[in-house]
Amino acid sequence: MPILVLDQLSKSFGALKVADQISFALDEGEALGVIGPNGAGKSTLFNLITGNFRVDSGHIQFDGRDVTRQPPMARCLAGIGRTFQIPQPFEKLTVFENLLVAASFGSNRSEREVGDRCADILVETGLYPKANQLAGSLGLLQRKRLELARALATDPKLLLLDEIAGGLTEGECQELVETIRAIHRRGVSIIWVEHVLNALTSVVGRLVVLHFGRLIGIGDPATIMASREVREIYLGIEV
Amino acid sequence: MNWADTIIQGVLLGGLYALFAAGLSLVFGIMRLVNLAHGDLIVLAAFLILLLVSTLGLNPFVAAAVALPVMFAIGWVLQYVVLNRTLGDDILPPLLVTFGLSVVIQNGLLEGFSADSRRISAGSLETASIQVGPISIGTMPLLTFLSAVAVIVALNLVFYRTSLGRAFRATSDDSSTAGLMGIRSERIFATATGIAMMVVTIASLYLGTRANFDPTQGPARLIYAFEAVIIGGLGSFWGTLAGGIIMGVAQTVGAAINPEWQILAGHIAFLLVLLVRPRGLFPRAVD
Repeated sequence: MPILVLDQLSKSFGALKVADQISFALDEGEALGVIGPNGAGKSTLFNLITGNFRVDSGHIQFDGRDVTRQPPMARCLAGIGRTFQIPQPFEKLTVFENLLVAASFGSNRSEREVGDRCADILVETGLYPKANQLAGSLGLLQRKRLELARALATDPKLLLLDEIAGGLTEGECQELVETIRAIHRRGVSIIWVEHVLNALTSVVGRLVVLHFGRLIGIGDPATIMASREVREIYLGIEV
Repeated sequence: MNWADTIIQGVLLGGLYALFAAGLSLVFGIMRLVNLAHGDLIVLAAFLILLLVSTLGLNPFVAAAVALPVMFAIGWVLQYVVLNRTLGDDILPPLLVTFGLSVVIQNGLLEGFSADSRRISAGSLETASIQVGPISIGTMPLLTFLSAVAVIVALNLVFYRTSLGRAFRATSDDSSTAGLMGIRSERIFATATGIAMMVVTIASLYLGTRANFDPTQGPARLIYAFEAVIIGGLGSFWGTLAGGIIMGVAQTVGAAINPEWQILAGHIAFLLVLLVRPRGLFPRAVD
């Protein structure tokens, strides 16, 4: 059963079409990768799914309900969590408080109920030693981990990861991939936008390719990466 | 001039200014909203207490307790229905709207209560005092100061120790990301203004029992509140208390030298602090 169904999503900024009739479905528990050149509309797609942008036309169904007209806050409560490409922690809150806020407001529970779970998430994402530091004092890897931890704290059924491996060293990237795998094994559905292909393909079962707001390919990673159109557009290789 | 006496009276007066300022500080700290009607809302609350005292014959403290939830509701609705619409990247709309609100409240009060100056009677408490050595400390000024400290402590507890406080800080950091975490920022803002109006109510109780007030007094209270917030540094409640005390001490010292210098001395102290520490004494916020 699909957890997310996108039906003919379109969005324009003026004359620029950033999403052009995008349709695909994500099964419950599936991990899907999204690739495409810069400006292909990958982050826009996330903004449409979370509700930060309103669609011009088309429908979004999440967990059996039409959420096309719902505000971001309602979609978060329904179970859509996301991380940002550029980490946006609440800088004046501690790491633990960042999670507490996300967990209690993101799932409508009291702080007492969610405290233990927040501690578990800190352990899972390797942030436990930093729990009482101000989020503004963290380095890039830790900020990315905090993005992930905070998204997890809202107890999502669907996790949207926006270039979370970008800018990390090979070793750091490996650690992060392990964490994401563990989250996926727990049954969380994932859509992951990423340029670091080996990290991406080690987790996801299918790839979607975007180009100028259009979906130009969807399927298993090997087939997608072998396709001529994708190689031309994405890798810039003249075949 | 008796220095010790003058300074103590100044500190106690500073408690009143800190009460004026605390609500302003809270609202500005959370949503970067400068409420130009803050002083008029203080006067409005004073008239509300006066109304309760004169029509129901309540003790002023009981009347203030009754006024607290009323003022919270007024603040909540005002923020939710009106002020939330003015928030955004442009800082002009909130200034224009709250300035208009200031005019509306003043004229509404003039219409309802006339231009006569009024006073809330606190009975024998008004003249009661405690003798400490050679210095006599008025009970009401002392209560004012203790209330200010209690309000600052309470605001700090709410801000740094509760779920609501974390939501305040998260929303003030980044309200669109807070929305993605399930925080309804419009309601958080409304609650913040509601709490600010409760502080305003406490301030108005002491304003109204200490001196005469009339519908046109709001803007002057706003100036004192502003100066206390700026002296203390934006985003710090204890700084706001310190700012209020500095204003109070400067005014009483000025008045002790020459009664005409009371108000001027407060403004001069404000300018001196700005000259030495442009970001206030205890700035917390980076922006």
